[in-house]
Parts: sequence; structure tokens; C-alpha cells
Amino acid sequence: MKIGIIGVGATKFGELWRYGIKDLLAESQLLALEDAGLSERDIDMIVTGNMCSSTFSGQSHLGSMASEILNINVPSIRVEAACASGSVAIRQGIHAINSGEADIVMVNGVEKMTDVQTRQATTGLMGAGDEEWEGTQGLTFCGLYAMMARAYMHKYSLTREQLALVSVKNHKHATLNPIAHFHNEITVDQVINSSIIADPLTLLDCSPITDGSASIILASEEVAKKCEKPVWIIGSGQANDTLSLHARKSLTEITATTQAVQRALLQAKIGIDKVDVTEVHDCFSIAEVMAIEDLGLIPRGEAGKIMEEGQTYFDGKIPINSCGGLKACGHPIGATGIKQAWEIVKQLRGEAGKRQVKGAQIGLTHNVGGTGSTVVVHVFSR
Amino acid sequence: MYRESPIIRWRRYPERYRLEGNKCTQCSKIYFPKAYLCECSSKKFEPHQLKPRGKILTYTEIKSSPEEFSEMTPYCVAIIELDEGPKITTQIADCDVSEIKIGDEVEMIFRKFLASGDEGIIHYGFKFKKVEENTSLNLKN
Repeated sequence: MKIGIIGVGATKFGELWRYGIKDLLAESQLLALEDAGLSERDIDMIVTGNMCSSTFSGQSHLGSMASEILNINVPSIRVEAACASGSVAIRQGIHAINSGEADIVMVNGVEKMTDVQTRQATTGLMGAGDEEWEGTQGLTFCGLYAMMARAYMHKYSLTREQLALVSVKNHKHATLNPIAHFHNEITVDQVINSSIIADPLTLLDCSPITDGSASIILASEEVAKKCEKPVWIIGSGQANDTLSLHARKSLTEITATTQAVQRALLQAKIGIDKVDVTEVHDCFSIAEVMAIEDLGLIPRGEAGKIMEEGQTYFDGKIPINSCGGLKACGHPIGATGIKQAWEIVKQLRGEAGKRQVKGAQIGLTHNVGGTGSTVVVHVFSR
Repeated sequence: MYRESPIIRWRRYPERYRLEGNKCTQCSKIYFPKAYLCECSSKKFEPHQLKPRGKILTYTEIKSSPEEFSEMTPYCVAIIELDEGPKITTQIADCDVSEIKIGDEVEMIFRKFLASGDEGIIHYGFKFKKVEENTSLNLKN
């Protein structure tokens, strides 16, 4: 399998009061078309990843909104898989091309989150977990990841200070990314001393509530070959697990990640050691710790030491989240998976500016829905 | 919206009020909440009321809560493993979180959850609390 990415576009991420969901979706789609040098009439299908537009904006049916913006009447659908909606949308685009129905597919991810209050957003996002048996107990998403953090820190020797290094590094990276939500550096002390959201996680362990949209244009191998600088998707893997965290066999690893990465690497016919630059799903600091171990980038239980050595910075041995990650680039839920692909395309084209990973040839994205209920891994090459 | 619905709660009274799950009649595996299809592929189950005891696998104290729970914030939520196997998410009531440890024994109690909607309908259900050493002695006597 080889699918080309021939154009990418993303809005600024942040609290974008002046922009509604349609403004955001329009901007990223038009930027992607411009980047690809295509006309809207070249698009055969549109797939849009989104989680909460029905709850946060009262707007369902984003498929039609996306095609209306482009004045075209091709098949256009919305897909939802909580925080993994973006990457699941990419997979539907790949399937459409592989089936022969489409040659060129616009894939969007969008989320407008700041039209509702934080408490309402917290409630809405809990829909990514098991509403009946987790949500009704008063649990929040931060609470779920806090329980994973507690279990992980009980089992392995990860200190509170080491855990804070995830956010410190991601904020540093975000200062080098023009579209990032935050452009300020933070310290370990600031992370530890910010207000506790769900013990042991503090405000600065959590990804923020962000508005944003990102789009990529996928094309069949035949079409993409004729384009100027295609980036190739060479592996796509998805695995699912229980909706609730409590039903899992382990609380200190995400099994769906290990399965999804195996499937993606098998398709790509490469080992994880060949990956030069990785975007992982750091919705909470502990999620990045578990992700780099579950993906097999580092041995289990060693994240603390490796982060202390600075190896996960963009100029380190294992560059993680060069865009600033969900923590500091921001986490507009449905847009995140597409933005991860956007960042890898920038890196593999050599267009990542001050955060460029030198000589990056192979990239990987890891996008998680819920507490590991859906995981999608994509592998990219130049 | 949905969290204020009395119907959603009413539908699960057996589970919420008395920890009723189900048990596979083929392989005897016990589930909570009830399973629809057993890991052994059987679809035959009988209701099973779980023993109201378990131990804490992990926990957190929620300081920033969803809107419906703001009155009781902060509160402790844990994942516990019931003595008969199933794992569940539950609030730990009547506790000082600094005294909670992974591995602590807990027992079910019946508590108020929320008063919701215009009529203030009260939702009840299970929570758990730490088993006091005294209580265990009393049980043995």
C-alpha cells in the first residue's frame, strides 16, 4: 500500500473567539488545496473527523458543511472516534482510494471547543469513556489518566519531577511552531505547583481546550507520483479495546497501541528503530510516557531516565512531538490526528523551520481515542 | 441533559442498588456490569449478585469536576477489583484521600449521588469505603 499526501493545511490553534466551526473548516481546506496546487473540483470525496460539534455547537452533519464550503457535491462524511477521530478519518480516506472509488480525498479534522464553558466541555469529553459506568461516577478524563499515572508510578520508578518533563519539553517545542496554542516555556516547578486537577495530575499536565482545524489531501500512488513533493503513507494500523479503563487487563500500558503499531509497521515493512520523528498522543503527560514505551521506542519503565537525558527533544535521539504535542500545540479533539500528519509532512519535506529534525526520512503518528479504546498508528516516508 | 435523566438511572437499579451482574452458565465467569456475550462465546447467563467487597487498584482525587458533581467536589474515585473478579470504577466515600493506598480493602455502601433536574430527583447508587479493622473483627465475631 502506498498513499500520497499531496497537500496540507492547518489553522492557528488556540482560543479563536472570532471563528466558528465553519470558518475553521474552510480555512484549513483552502490552505490544503493551495498547498497541493489543486482546484476544489479535483476532490473526489471528503472525510471529516470530529467528536463534539453536536454537543458544543449544536451542529451535526459536518459532511455537508465541508462540501458546501467547497461548492462541490461529492460524497462527504463525518467520522467520530473520540480523540482519534482525525486519524480514523485518514483511514477512511485510504480505504476509499484503495477501493478504487476515489483518486483524491480531502481529509479534515476540526473541533470548536471554546463556545461552551470548561465544565460543560469536561462533561462532553467524558463521552470518550464509558458514560454509564465511568462518567456517572463523577470521573473526568483527567481523572482516568490520573489513575493510570498513579498505577504507573506505583509500578515503575517514575518521579513527579520526571513526569513534568513531558510538558516542559512540549512547551519548548511549541515556541518553535507558529500555529501552536502556547508560545511560552514552562519549568518543572511550575508544572508541579500548578493547581491539581485530578491528583497526581496538575493543570500543566493536561492538554488545553483548543479550537482548530487541519486538512490533508490524500491521493492514489498514480496521482501522487506526478506531484512535486509527496509524502507517502506506507503503513496504517488501528486497534480497539474496551470503552472503559477498568475493564482492561493492564492499567500501566495501552494494549491497543502495541497492536496498532505492529499492524502499521508490518504494512510498512520496517522496524520501529527506523523511525526518525514521532508524534504521540500526549493528552496528559502520563500518556506520552506510556506511548513511547508502548510503541517500542524505548524499553518499558525507562521513560523517566530517557526524558531526563533530553533524548525526546526534537534535536535528541528520539524526537517526540516536535510540534509541541497536544499539550502545547493544543488539542482540538477531531483535528489532532490530522495535525499530527500535518507535522510529519512538514518534517519529511524539510519545512519544519526551527524545529526541523535533521534528515528525517521516516515519521510516525500515534493517535488515541479515550483511554486507549481506539488507537491509530500511521507510518510515513519521504 | 442525559445525566439528569431518571430513566437512564432506573434502568440500572439492579446494578447500582445491589451490584447485580451476571454469570455465564457454561464457564461460570462472572461479569459486572452484565455481559452480552461471554469470553467462552456462550450467550447463556444467569443474574448474579456480587459480593460487596474488593481492593483498590488505583485512585485519584477529582478537584476539577463535571458540572453535575460540583457540589461534592473534591471527591475520590478509584478502580477496584471485586473479590469475585470484575473490576469497576467507583467513588470512595468517607475518606481522607491521604490515607488511601493501592491495595486497600473496600466494601460497598449505598449513597446519594445527585439531585437533578427541575424536580430535584435524587439518584442513589453504590459507592465504596475503606474496610475499618474494627469492622472486620466485628464481622468475624
